[in-house]
Amino acid sequence: MSVSFCGLELAHPIVNGSGTFDAIAAHAAFGEELLRDFPFAAYVSKTITLEPRAGNPPPRLWEASAGLINSIGLPNKGLDGYLRDDLPRLAELCSLARAGAGVPLVTNVMGASATELTRLVAACEARSEIAAIELNVSCPNVETGLDIGADPRQLEEVVRAVRPHTGKPLIVKLTPNTADVALCAQAAEDAGADSVSLINTLRALALAPPTTRGGSDRAGGRSPGRAWLGGATGGLSGPAVRVVALAQVAAVAARVQIPVVGMGGVRSGADARELLDVGARLVAVGTESFLDPAAGGRIARELEAITRV
Amino acid sequence: MSDRTSARAPFGRRLLSAIGVDELGAYRVLRVADDGPGAEPGQFAMLAAAEDWGGGEEQRPFLARAFSFARQVRGEAHFLLEDVGPGTRRLCELDAGDGLWVVGPLGRGFSAPVAGRRAILLGGGVGIAPLAILQDQLTAAATTVLLGFRDGARAEGAALLDGARVASDDGSVGHHGRVTDLLAEELARDRNAIVYACGPAAMLESVRAMCAERDVPAQLALEAGMACGFGACFGCVVARRGGGYLRVCVDGPVLDAHELERVDEHAGAPV
Repeated sequence: MSVSFCGLELAHPIVNGSGTFDAIAAHAAFGEELLRDFPFAAYVSKTITLEPRAGNPPPRLWEASAGLINSIGLPNKGLDGYLRDDLPRLAELCSLARAGAGVPLVTNVMGASATELTRLVAACEARSEIAAIELNVSCPNVETGLDIGADPRQLEEVVRAVRPHTGKPLIVKLTPNTADVALCAQAAEDAGADSVSLINTLRALALAPPTTRGGSDRAGGRSPGRAWLGGATGGLSGPAVRVVALAQVAAVAARVQIPVVGMGGVRSGADARELLDVGARLVAVGTESFLDPAAGGRIARELEAITRV
Repeated sequence: MSDRTSARAPFGRRLLSAIGVDELGAYRVLRVADDGPGAEPGQFAMLAAAEDWGGGEEQRPFLARAFSFARQVRGEAHFLLEDVGPGTRRLCELDAGDGLWVVGPLGRGFSAPVAGRRAILLGGGVGIAPLAILQDQLTAAATTVLLGFRDGARAEGAALLDGARVASDDGSVGHHGRVTDLLAEELARDRNAIVYACGPAAMLESVRAMCAERDVPAQLALEAGMACGFGACFGCVVARRGGGYLRVCVDGPVLDAHELERVDEHAGAPV
């Protein structure tokens, strides 16, 4: 089931979605078994920003129908902290993964402007441990307030600005919260992206139940309409979004020539097969890893079994 | 329970088998056949029924649920349940032989008491669970157990531990009032103690404040809604004293009280 992706040779098509698997924490919890049976053919870091971020105030999670709304807020140590503390450790774990065969390390970065993203990309370019860079463009532009990735023109501008600063594969993680995701993918490709990945989470809202503190005032009366999550809105993931992801991946794969990383609600090899069948080159697993840290490996084996038939 | 190192979980979820669900007043004790690594007191596991997990109220549950190990005996792991939502309801309904997905043991458990200090185990409601396995493993002779419950049916849960002094909100059993009233008495008598506490956020916040005021060390086992249990989702955070957040699943669930500014109500799970 080996697959070629932007010049990287991967053992199988299953990777992790950014921010859904902390390899350092997982190694502390599960030890060497994690490395022996590493579930992903490439490892994607959580999102790194220029400055450290504490993340959103809790509550950060809401269980939805067959899914999960999260409002985590991209906590991370910032670029310097990442390069100093986490990157060497992640690179070590990635080199030991799959019983020493190793997996490529993809670093995901987010910035609020082309200038910020350029600094992040240039810093990643300088580090040999990083095999590829993923741009998280689900970030409001500092000036316009609009999500960079939701507007094809803005997206094209940003990707064009960062492209000359790296020779590494550049993956653009598209937001599904836009009118025409294929148009955004086209813009990324035109600006020089090597790949696009999708879908990021769908914007969603959970209201505080009336019986909780958030849903009632101090006197115990109802406060209808108050958001449950500390960050107000959040992003929906899990099986609830799978068919939306399938439609968006199909639309994007039909539009662009560059390889597509498809993701959204994948729980099984059959789910992964569907994303590949509509044109994805790789499939990322996210929320399912929360239910089973070894899910990626299981999905890769299931995929191989049904693909061989 | 020698230090803050913790038992390591097998990688990936394990399919285990329910032995049975026993009544304990308003609570249920879920017994699971578990030949995996022993849990440290204070560690937890993520549990989900292998069948019919989902399809309940609003098509939930979806995620696994976190439960402290309440006891480990002869190849069995015990978990204390209270039916408060679709996930706990489904687990309460398990029959002998039903399959369970289990990830764990996870998290950092309780530290051993400092020599010479009396251990005070203080629990509220379903939060008494990790104190049972802690009591099983404490070797120190001098241990005080204080447990608080809302009502008489819940107070039957006190049987999970030996020699407990009980408080109830409705006065039906033991002291009529808060379990922290009993803690105040104990600390007034002798503050050369270490407090191990688990229960509702408001109770833990009282314990934290009382122990800080009296300079008594306290270890708090926190509850939080979590998606994964092993540090991946960053959903279960509590505010750290001095800024930033701690992940309850990997930095805890047992935290030294001085690591927290306060125990916030929102650390509680929404289910």
